[in-house]
Amino acid sequence: MSVTAGVVAVQGDVAEHAAAIARAAARYEESVEVLEVREAGLVPECDVLAVPGGESTTISRLLHDEGIAAEVRDHVAAGKPVLATCAGLIVLSSDARDDRVSPLGLVDVAVERNAFGRQAESFEAPLAVSGLEEPFPAVFIRAPVIDEVGDAEVLAEWDGRAVAVRDGPVVATAFHPELTPDARLHGLAFFE
Amino acid sequence: MTETSGAETDLEQLRRGTDLLKRGFAQMQKGGVIMDVVNPEQARIAEEAGAVAVMSLEAVPADIRKRGGVARMADPAEVEEIVEAVSIPVMGKARIGHTKEAQILEAVGVDMIDESEVLTPADDAYHIDKRDFTAPFVCGARNLGEALRRIHEGAAMIRTKGEAGTGDVNQAVYHQRTIKGAIRELEGMTHEEREAYAREISAPAELVHETAEMGRLPVVNFAAGGIATPADAALMMHHECDGIFVGSGIFGAENPEAMADAIVQAVNNWDDPEALAEISKNIGKGMKGDANVDLPEEEKLQGRGV
Repeated sequence: MSVTAGVVAVQGDVAEHAAAIARAAARYEESVEVLEVREAGLVPECDVLAVPGGESTTISRLLHDEGIAAEVRDHVAAGKPVLATCAGLIVLSSDARDDRVSPLGLVDVAVERNAFGRQAESFEAPLAVSGLEEPFPAVFIRAPVIDEVGDAEVLAEWDGRAVAVRDGPVVATAFHPELTPDARLHGLAFFE
Repeated sequence: MTETSGAETDLEQLRRGTDLLKRGFAQMQKGGVIMDVVNPEQARIAEEAGAVAVMSLEAVPADIRKRGGVARMADPAEVEEIVEAVSIPVMGKARIGHTKEAQILEAVGVDMIDESEVLTPADDAYHIDKRDFTAPFVCGARNLGEALRRIHEGAAMIRTKGEAGTGDVNQAVYHQRTIKGAIRELEGMTHEEREAYAREISAPAELVHETAEMGRLPVVNFAAGGIATPADAALMMHHECDGIFVGSGIFGAENPEAMADAIVQAVNNWDDPEALAEISKNIGKGMKGDANVDLPEEEKLQGRGV
């Protein structure tokens, strides 16, 4: 049976998530169809959903304007998997500590936007992630950190601060697994 | 927790300023609108409307055109004010070949530098060696040769040059069609034909092969230069641009807030004519502009920096 994977596509690195999902599916010998979600009505057709990196203020605004926000809530309430990266983490958090973003409250964490600083402070580094045997090549771009964890499991920390969590069906990362050829996190979120 | 994992994180292995980080930053802008702003108030309006980033400059291209004289990097104090006013990325423009302006912008903390033909070129023969910087760069291009030369110099994003400050989308369309047309031609060529083509357009052969195999530029490809309405923005997305720069088109419009908001929505709904019709209603007049055909050759900015 084929898996229908949605990528929220109102803004951000959508094609990169689509490609990462295809790589993960190949690893798990699953067949997958990817839908780009730029309007309401598509999320209910999706078995799994990726919320990409981009600008959280823009994504948050368009998710609400287009009526997609409520559908993402229903998707999570139905226990269907989600992978949210960087801006996706901010948008799905329960507190973005910034009134320019209206978070959906689907991951029980508070985040700090741009916590590492501006683009000059962006970095890549191997990161130990719970559930993965070898470190993951993590790419942090103007990344947030998770500075308060509620009812969620921390999957990875950088310098004592949480940068990946699991809350029910949602895996959320402060970094961008979709920017590397390594499909393990998409596999962990969607196919395990 | 990390203890249950088979590995430990080593903080010493951190790397900054890599190509992956520079190109990755550009990838995060995709599907977005980057707006020209000249002060913190405009920057906040852009952020509120859903811009993914702002381009901080001294005057919008339409005013630079009218004013004449030498156009330079903005005052770093003013760029800093904009950096502090918003939470979204801030970009700044340096003159073509002006390595020092670019270093100053990097020192001020801009997230991306636009080596821009809108400013007066500082070097007629060379562009900035962008590989030396931690900050990513965006550069303009009219054709595939210009685009690949800029990427070879280290650009992490390419935008069409268009004809900035005119409010006429004609040249942005022409440049995007020229780039995409050349890529389609490449896709049908053999290896040796591509080698010959690389020599013909003065581009590195390895980038020509990479472009042919990907069927697109190897970095993010935005539209810029003359985009003035939601329909213009949608047109450039129809021509397979990854996102949009709007210069004079927002704050040169009758109602900048409404125009900014409408252009952001138009980029997300570019393939839905009914939504575009709703988005385009009652947003006030666009900037007046100057039709490109009426512009004398010596007033065109796009020929700067090949």
